[in-house]
Amino acid sequence: MFKWFGKVNFVPYTKVGEFAEHLKNGKIMGTRCKKCGTVTFPPRADCEKCMESDWEFIQYSRKAKLVTFTQIAAAPTGFEDMVPYTIGVADLPEGGRVLAWVKEIDVKDLKIGMDLKLVPRIFEEIPEIKLYYTLEKP
Amino acid sequence: MKVAAVAIGHGVFGKRSDASVQELAFEAFRAAMHDGKNLERKDLDAAVLGSVPEYHKQRSLAGVVAEYLGLNPKPIWLTECACASGSAAVRTAYMAIKSGMHDVVAVIGAQKMTELATPEILALMGRVGEVQWESIFGTTFPGYYAMFANAHMHKYGTTKEQLAAVAVKNHYYGSLNKFAMFQKPVTIQRCVEADPVAFPFGIFDCCANADGAACVILANEEKARKFTDEPVWLEGSGCATTSMSVLRRPNHYSIPSAQEAAKQAYMQAGVEAKDIKVADVHDCFTIAEILAYEDLGFAEKGKGGKFVEEKQSYIGGKHPVNVDGGLKAKGHPIGTTGVSMTVEIVKQLRGHADKRQVPNADIGLTHNVGGIGQYCFVNVWRR
Repeated sequence: MFKWFGKVNFVPYTKVGEFAEHLKNGKIMGTRCKKCGTVTFPPRADCEKCMESDWEFIQYSRKAKLVTFTQIAAAPTGFEDMVPYTIGVADLPEGGRVLAWVKEIDVKDLKIGMDLKLVPRIFEEIPEIKLYYTLEKP
Repeated sequence: MKVAAVAIGHGVFGKRSDASVQELAFEAFRAAMHDGKNLERKDLDAAVLGSVPEYHKQRSLAGVVAEYLGLNPKPIWLTECACASGSAAVRTAYMAIKSGMHDVVAVIGAQKMTELATPEILALMGRVGEVQWESIFGTTFPGYYAMFANAHMHKYGTTKEQLAAVAVKNHYYGSLNKFAMFQKPVTIQRCVEADPVAFPFGIFDCCANADGAACVILANEEKARKFTDEPVWLEGSGCATTSMSVLRRPNHYSIPSAQEAAKQAYMQAGVEAKDIKVADVHDCFTIAEILAYEDLGFAEKGKGGKFVEEKQSYIGGKHPVNVDGGLKAKGHPIGTTGVSMTVEIVKQLRGHADKRQVPNADIGLTHNVGGIGQYCFVNVWRR
C-alpha cells in the first residue's frame, strides 16, 4: 500500500509500507526501536543507532515547527500543474523531521521557527488512492 | 610516493548539440595528451571516467569512451558521486597510483546533460534527495539549496544582494574564460530581479545544465617529470559524506562533509586555510559558494556573504575563488565538474591562467560537492 503515498511515488515497496494505511486513516506514524527506544520520522524498519530491526509504529501528535522552506517555481516532471508550490522542512517534537507541502500560508508570511501542524491528506481529484500530508497553520 | 598532475585538457562547455558524449571526451583527452611532454597513449596504465550515467542513452559509458579514445585493452571504470563524480575519479586514480598498482592514470570527466529536457533534468536532480519521503513532494535541486539559503539568511542575516555578488563575480571571470558557457558580465540588479526558480533564487542564483569534458593525467613521482616540466602535486585528498536526506542533517546552513573533507586535506598537505592562494569551489548555486567559504575556513561562519561583498574572493582579495567563472558561468556538466576544477587549479599553479592568473599562486584547492553535500571531495595541490 505504500504506492498510495505521494502524487508521484518512486518507492512502492518498503518494510514500513503500512504507514500509508495509517495515513489513510488520518494518523501520522513514526517508528520506535523496541530495543533502544529510538523514535524517528520518517519511519525506519532498521534502527540507525543500535542496528536492531525490531520496531513498532507510534502515533505522532501532528505538532511541527518550521526549520526551513522554499517555493518552487521551476517544477520537475509530474509537478508542473502545481507551480508555484511551497515546500517546508519541520521539526517534529516526538523525534525526526518532515518535508511536506505548506498549504494556505503565503511564502512571505513563513517564519523559520513558527509552529505548524502536520495534516494527513488525500488527493480528491485523483481517482485511485493517493495520500500525502501538508504543513498548515495550527 | 607522491602523485602529480602532469597534463591537462579542457573542452568548451555549453549546449553542445554538435557532439556526442564520447566526442566531447575525445576533445579534452586529446588536449591533455598534447599538453603532456612526449605523452602517448601507450604510457597510460588505466583510465577512470567521472560521469553520471542517467543522462545518457548509452549504457556503461566507460566502455564506449575507452573505445573512442583508443584505450583498449587498458582498464577503465566509472565513478559516480552525483555532481562530485569527477573528483571521485581523481581520487580513485590517486588511490591506484598511491597503491603502486598503476604509474600513470588518465582521469576523464565527460557529461552530456542536454540529451534530456529541463523538466526531466529537474526531476532527475531532485531525486538526488531522498526519493521515498522527499521527492514525492516535487523537490528540485535548486529547491534544496534554496532551503539552505533561507536557513542561512535567517540565521546570519545573509542578503539576496550578497547571493547576487557571487553570480556577479563568477560571470565576470567567466567572461575571461574561453571555455565558459556564459561570456557576459551581469549586474547585482539584473540578478535580484531575475525570474524566480525556487525562493529566494532567481535564474542567476543557479548554474546551468551543460555538456562538456575535461581531462587530467596523473602520474607517480618517478614518471611525472618524464611528461612535464611543471608537475603539480596532489598533497592532500579529503573525502567525506553526509546523510542523503536533508531531514537528517544537523542544520541547513553548513555542509558537514565539506568541513570534514577540508580538515583531512589540510592535515595531509600540512597547510591551513590561510595558505590557500587560489580555489575552485562548488558554486552550483550562489549560496553554495558562500557555504564553501565558511566550510573551508576562508571566512568565519556566518560571514560568507560579507566576504564576497567585500570582494575578498576576487583576485587581489584574501582568497580568490572560482576565477575561471565557477559552475555558475562555466556551466555544470555534472560528472565533468571536478575534473574541470582540477584543470583550472593546475593551470593557476603553473602560472598559465593569463588574464585570470592569481599572482604567486603556489598552493591551490578544489572543493567538489555531490548532491547537497551527500559527498564532498577537497583536494590540496602544490606546485
